Amino acid sequence: MLGAVRSRGVSWRRGVFALLALLGVSLSGTASAQLNVLITKGIERPTPMAIVPFGWSGSGPAAYDISGVVSADLKSSGRFAPIAESDMVSRPTSPDKINFADWRLLKVDYIVIGTLTETAPDQFTTVFQLFDVLRGEQILGYRFMSGRADLRATAHRISDMIFEKLVGVPGVFSTQIAYVSEEKRADGGKRFRLIVSDADGENAHIVADSPQPLLSPSWSPDGRRLAYASFEGDQQAVYIQTLKSGTRERVSSRKGVNSSPAFSPDGRLLALTLSNEQGNLDIFTLDVATQVLRQLTTDAAIDTEASWSPDGRTLYFNSDRSGGPQIYRVGAEPGARAQRVTFEGVYNARPRVSPDGKKVAVVYGANNQYRIGVIDAASGALQILTSGRLDESPSFAPNGAQIIYATRDKDRGVLASVTTDGRIQQEIASVAGDVREPVWGPYPRP
Amino acid sequence: MKSWLKVLVPVAAFVALASCGGHKGNTLPDSSSQAVEGGGSSTGVTTGQGAGGGITGSPLEQERARLLQTLVIYFDYDQAEIKPEFTAVVQAHGQQLATNASMMVRLEGHTDERGSREYNIGLGERRAQSVRRALMLAGAQPGQITTVSYGEERPAATGSDEESWRLNRRVEIVYRR
Repeated sequence: MLGAVRSRGVSWRRGVFALLALLGVSLSGTASAQLNVLITKGIERPTPMAIVPFGWSGSGPAAYDISGVVSADLKSSGRFAPIAESDMVSRPTSPDKINFADWRLLKVDYIVIGTLTETAPDQFTTVFQLFDVLRGEQILGYRFMSGRADLRATAHRISDMIFEKLVGVPGVFSTQIAYVSEEKRADGGKRFRLIVSDADGENAHIVADSPQPLLSPSWSPDGRRLAYASFEGDQQAVYIQTLKSGTRERVSSRKGVNSSPAFSPDGRLLALTLSNEQGNLDIFTLDVATQVLRQLTTDAAIDTEASWSPDGRTLYFNSDRSGGPQIYRVGAEPGARAQRVTFEGVYNARPRVSPDGKKVAVVYGANNQYRIGVIDAASGALQILTSGRLDESPSFAPNGAQIIYATRDKDRGVLASVTTDGRIQQEIASVAGDVREPVWGPYPRP
Repeated sequence: MKSWLKVLVPVAAFVALASCGGHKGNTLPDSSSQAVEGGGSSTGVTTGQGAGGGITGSPLEQERARLLQTLVIYFDYDQAEIKPEFTAVVQAHGQQLATNASMMVRLEGHTDERGSREYNIGLGERRAQSVRRALMLAGAQPGQITTVSYGEERPAATGSDEESWRLNRRVEIVYRR
């Protein structure tokens, strides 16, 4: 079953977790919420291809449907149209069995074949090859070794490699997303969950679960930790949680606002927003190891939603110092003067810098409509990408080619993604509850 | 809520303060009800119009109790300023805190759903601090007040329409024991 939600086998821990239980916050478990990807706007002619069911040799039935996952991945990107298995005239699993003339007749541009072999107990070898049908030539071939638990990840790696070869940018099928879900409980209260899943919404697991709001998840650059804001004991605080162990640390719980955390590209600093008693919010950096706090902005306005440039030298942020929310940037060393970046429109918020630092995704508001836009960091020119009414929380995929964001489907909060050229849109609907604040994680470490 | 009984003594001073929030300077105490005009349905206070509108009256203690029953202060879109119809309410709470040093309040700032979540955390905090300053102007001590902003995360009304938005732009005054 491809759709199965796998538990990481992490539930309760002793010590600090007993305290968390008292506060109603639990960490790490199995999520019931699964997401389904639906392409709502695609390119006119996605590339036709054949992903032939992989051969299997080993005891019992095939250990995993690798080709099924690869096919679903490539189809979900909106750029490829894998043909149905029933339309295949043959099912080759080795190059010598491919009759290219047949596949040309089927009008597929590419064919993917492969095998999965059990070489020892819980040891598998996956081989795949990608062929250009017109030329009859192999253009990509690779062998992977793994245990059973990593066969799904192997399938995503294959999808990533095929995508990169054919599209020219790395695929992001192996990455993860974090998001927040909100559900009504039977007793009328609410349940907020911070969830991490694969980029296709599968394999979801709960990172934190609270009766109070959770917001603004931020990935560490190595993908091993998440920072987020939580309300516990009627007070907001910022936490950093290690995903694998589930242990977490409260890194900021000063009076007032402790929110909007963002890891610096080297992972040493956490930008965050703190407030004073005039209702003035400013951006600070916190050295995660030494706890040294430095103030970057001093304006009496609301300064928040910091996002680092990839070189770690500049932070983009939202400030209403000119009267309404607009995007500014400031140097990462205290004392630098902030510069205004957006001048188009009366409402620009939640900046998120692209992986190459050249673009900034924003929430653009006009006439009670909030959409996702991308501004050119150098010129400030704005391009609107979405057409929702309350679109929010844009986050770039690590390949810079796609943005995930939160939108509404009727009155329900759902996740959606759009390519940065605006051509392909996908909706990712959760089975239960509202989902929002998606944040795309980094490439997995090899 | 019986605590207002303890504060009957300084009621004259309170009325003087409250009427400052009204539109006419030195009118008689019962015109302090002008200060909650427009907020009428939520405070239960009826208002008398000026010239030719007749005279209505009510006991001062009753007036005060009604003001203190209002625990939610509403705001305009993207604003943190206390609207004229709520100044008397906030002053009444400030006075109550001033005369009851052991009383504590938590001010919970909220916004409507429009705009980004973190900006709304900021706006909710700004609203809570605005009410905090007004309570302190009326005599409350800093140690009696804590603030927290939930931004748009805990709406009072779940719709996406003007009425829901109006109800969600608020500061809730929560008395703590």
